[in-house]
Amino acid sequence: MEAIEYARPNTIDDAVRRLGAAGARVLAGGTDLLVQLRGGYTRPSVIVDIKGISELRRIEQTASGFRVGAAVAGAELGAHAAFAAQWPGVVEAFQLIGSTQIQGRASLGGNLCNASPAADSVPALIAAGARCVIAGAGGTREAAVEDIVTAPGKTTLAAGEFIVEFLFATPPAKTGDAYLRFIPRTEMDIAVVGVGVCLTLDGSGVCTAARVGLGAVAPRPLLVPAAGAALVGTTVDDAALATLAAAASAACNPIDDKRGTIEYRTKVAGVLARRAAVAALARARGQ
Amino acid sequence: MGNEPKIFSKNFKWVGTRPVRPDGVDKVTGRAAFGADYQLPGMLAGAVLRSPHAHARIKSIDVSAARALRGVLAVVTAADFPDLPSEVSTGGEAPINFRHVSLNVIARDKVLYEGHAVAAVAATSASIAAEAAALIKVDYEVLPHVIDVLEAMRPDAPVLHADLITNGVEPAPTKASNIAARTGFTLGDTAKGFADADVIVEREFTTAAVHQGYIEPHAVIATMGADGMATIWCSSQGQFMVREFTAKLLGMEISSIRVIPAEIGGGFGGKTTVYLEPLAVALANKSGRPVKLVMSRVEVFKATGPTSGTHVKVKIGARRDGKLVAGEMVLKYQAGAFPGSPATLGGMTGFAPYDIEHASAECWDVVSNRPKCAAYRAPGAPMAAFGVESVLDELAQKLDLCPLELRLKNAAKAGTRALYGPKFPEIGYVETLLAAKAHPHWSAPLGPNQGRGIASGFWFNIGGPSSAAIHINEDGTAEVVTGNPDIGGSRASMAMMAAEVLGIDLAKVKPMIGDTGQIAYSFLTGGSRVTFATGKAVIEAAEATVTELKKRAAKLWKIEAEHVEWRDGQAWCTLADGTDRAPLSLAKIAHSAGKTGGPISGAVSINATGAGAGFGTHLCDVEVDPETGAVKVLRYTAIQDVGRAIHPAYVEGQLQGGAVQGIGWALNEEYIYDDKGRLQNAGFLDYRMPVASDLPMIDTVLVEVPNPGHPFGVRGVGEVPIVPPLAAVANAVSRAAGLRIDALPISPPRLLKAIDGARQA
Repeated sequence: MEAIEYARPNTIDDAVRRLGAAGARVLAGGTDLLVQLRGGYTRPSVIVDIKGISELRRIEQTASGFRVGAAVAGAELGAHAAFAAQWPGVVEAFQLIGSTQIQGRASLGGNLCNASPAADSVPALIAAGARCVIAGAGGTREAAVEDIVTAPGKTTLAAGEFIVEFLFATPPAKTGDAYLRFIPRTEMDIAVVGVGVCLTLDGSGVCTAARVGLGAVAPRPLLVPAAGAALVGTTVDDAALATLAAAASAACNPIDDKRGTIEYRTKVAGVLARRAAVAALARARGQ
Repeated sequence: MGNEPKIFSKNFKWVGTRPVRPDGVDKVTGRAAFGADYQLPGMLAGAVLRSPHAHARIKSIDVSAARALRGVLAVVTAADFPDLPSEVSTGGEAPINFRHVSLNVIARDKVLYEGHAVAAVAATSASIAAEAAALIKVDYEVLPHVIDVLEAMRPDAPVLHADLITNGVEPAPTKASNIAARTGFTLGDTAKGFADADVIVEREFTTAAVHQGYIEPHAVIATMGADGMATIWCSSQGQFMVREFTAKLLGMEISSIRVIPAEIGGGFGGKTTVYLEPLAVALANKSGRPVKLVMSRVEVFKATGPTSGTHVKVKIGARRDGKLVAGEMVLKYQAGAFPGSPATLGGMTGFAPYDIEHASAECWDVVSNRPKCAAYRAPGAPMAAFGVESVLDELAQKLDLCPLELRLKNAAKAGTRALYGPKFPEIGYVETLLAAKAHPHWSAPLGPNQGRGIASGFWFNIGGPSSAAIHINEDGTAEVVTGNPDIGGSRASMAMMAAEVLGIDLAKVKPMIGDTGQIAYSFLTGGSRVTFATGKAVIEAAEATVTELKKRAAKLWKIEAEHVEWRDGQAWCTLADGTDRAPLSLAKIAHSAGKTGGPISGAVSINATGAGAGFGTHLCDVEVDPETGAVKVLRYTAIQDVGRAIHPAYVEGQLQGGAVQGIGWALNEEYIYDDKGRLQNAGFLDYRMPVASDLPMIDTVLVEVPNPGHPFGVRGVGEVPIVPPLAAVANAVSRAAGLRIDALPISPPRLLKAIDGARQA
């Protein structure tokens, strides 16, 4: 029987050092890692608990927007009134993960780095244009959320790297975001399709910018530029929504599995993209 | 004590009230001890090695590396168990063959499904046991497998058992196949009946294999003494069943095993057989130490339960006025790896709610490379009812009749002959339909994309052997000991029935469940029998106790017992001889029992007959999202003839629980296999049982048409409520989406495909 080492560093540098070891795994909320451990799917040499590092636990409003620590739990982010007012779509996506108990532990960084194509918060983060601050042996770097996951269980993070925090730039006025997912149940389930939409209107109600993130319909969460482009320059009318839906469906590259068929996911991605855009539109209009 | 019931007056003191359940505090505070909660000194942890293949020949098993691992004290394989001949027992809920039970508990020459147990180890820790199990080398020759029931019936299908010759086919086949048995029932002449029909609807239906889904995984602790006496602690639906099955599988005498029933965290029929118990006793025997075995959820899904997936063909003919004239059913049920699906029970129950002059059922029991099916709440009935009740809904649409009126017109009543033979005595099916008709749910308006379904269901309910003992304590309190694990609140009912007869305060009656050494034999908790049959034993034990109490009072009064009457928990002298004899309370008689002959008790063992059939009618409203295929259950009402509800809150709970399990069966639950025959969703994440937020409050209506076979009028209630929901939901979805649902589960991808298909057509 081999022992598993547990480390709880207090600084980013110390965490980087501990994560340099072969077989090291990051522990934030543990809602994925502990399940994988118990199921025998992973056997780390050292578990590095990053919750002792203050930068990873804070939510900070700056002149340019918000910094949200990678280990901040869903319940904490949801309780932050200013963040929730600015990014309701991100909060609603994050808070769909698991149960009330899970919400007390699960983190944004963990949801992204677990690298599930179906992670609920990721399409919303992509739509919001969130960026990650990543620490590693060579210092820190920034990357867009859509550039992190490459395939199920795989990320662009190098060995020893981990996400410190997420940056959300203050959006222009008349911006709204929303996230919708489809699951066969009403909770405690994994997205069959997830769609995040963030759009901005000008004074006359014409869409000036839109980003669409798609989850569970490809090996990794997707930014779908064509879907966003379908809305820009329109009043987000039925014709634009139909183009958006078609673009979302066209971007799908899903699998047939126990949770849904290719045909189903492709079709429902369009349906949900339209519905999420309508929800985001209402928020952008301040409704 | 005879079985002649007498209906007591409706003037009950306890029956029909809703006191707090006696096991409630223990269960909500965590003190209740379930199967895995026991600890013994020196106890070892066990692990079971299971087959990764759906079908394979075991060429060899090498346990030497596992045995050599430090901390491992025992390893067992099939070689440690007797190679049993075929022998059929009725100790479970359905007749079973002990050879099959033995081969299911531990594979001998072949593994027949992914998860089939191959070996078991006991070690000083759970992690060492798991490591040891992984060190066992099994050399498999992988064989072609078959999962689907129709494919398993084909002549070119891979054959699971080289000696399985179909029963019930004349002439008997000369070649082995996967078809274990054909059974059938006929009433009248269906060809003649269909010739008289104005409208005939015929459809084929499929349902998926579904698991009972009890929260508590199987768990056992076993010890073996140097004297050859084994003790087993486990949660099951019958301590006497565990004793008999374990003795048989290990070649032991029944008297060498004592089984102590733990609290049970759900069974629903799935705990009416053994899986771990014989392994734990064999490991305890080999190691000389107590051994605990606890299944993981994955093991529960892969190696226990489920109930059959089915293929059901139903054809019903009716006259223009809605009178049903003929019905035919062909039922093909998956048995899993060994024979014994509930196909026959499907054939017996499907048409039971209706008076159809000409009817037949043909039932096929088919093995395939899936876990051996186990009983699940009204075994076999929900799938047959899904077919019949769906076809009735379609007939009503074709005839432009109200589906409730169609059922009312054809409803079975006292005197109706059922397809399976008997004529019904007093039953309450019509009353459930009338209650449905009068319920506000039935006439509530529906919105767009919404639909309402109605469906009915029948279950026999059974009696059988039960024992009860009542001990009157020195202070006038009483213990009621029975031999049936409490899976549905039966302890409360036992105490209430005893208090009713004894005439004392319910708080003074303590119900408990005896182990196999403390109470005489009782058939397991199943068949909705406990409140009826064991309740009857309790009533008779209480009556025997009252007889004894009257004798004791007579002794104290120095009169003949015939002059003593028992009322309100007191002995009353009926002699008018001028002597002033104040009534003697039970407490007073108990206190002076030493002077009148010693401790007072009453014990009876009966074979209860007179079980009353149960009928239910369910109403379901759904809303369908035509763009995603999602189904939302908006409103649900379960109506049932319960005979007499001893504790109405727990009866309502049974109706709600059955309805919810049936809704899950209808909408999302299914066993999903890959092309290698491996289960893809062995966990509650992807085996989708409904969660609380998926459902509305399930409304209930208790209809009470007393069962003349029980002193208080009790009918079994636990199984009927899972029979109607499959069709109630499917009929609602069919009407909401404007198409006919013929395959379960109605998962969103399947429904969306059907909606899109109908739109294009």
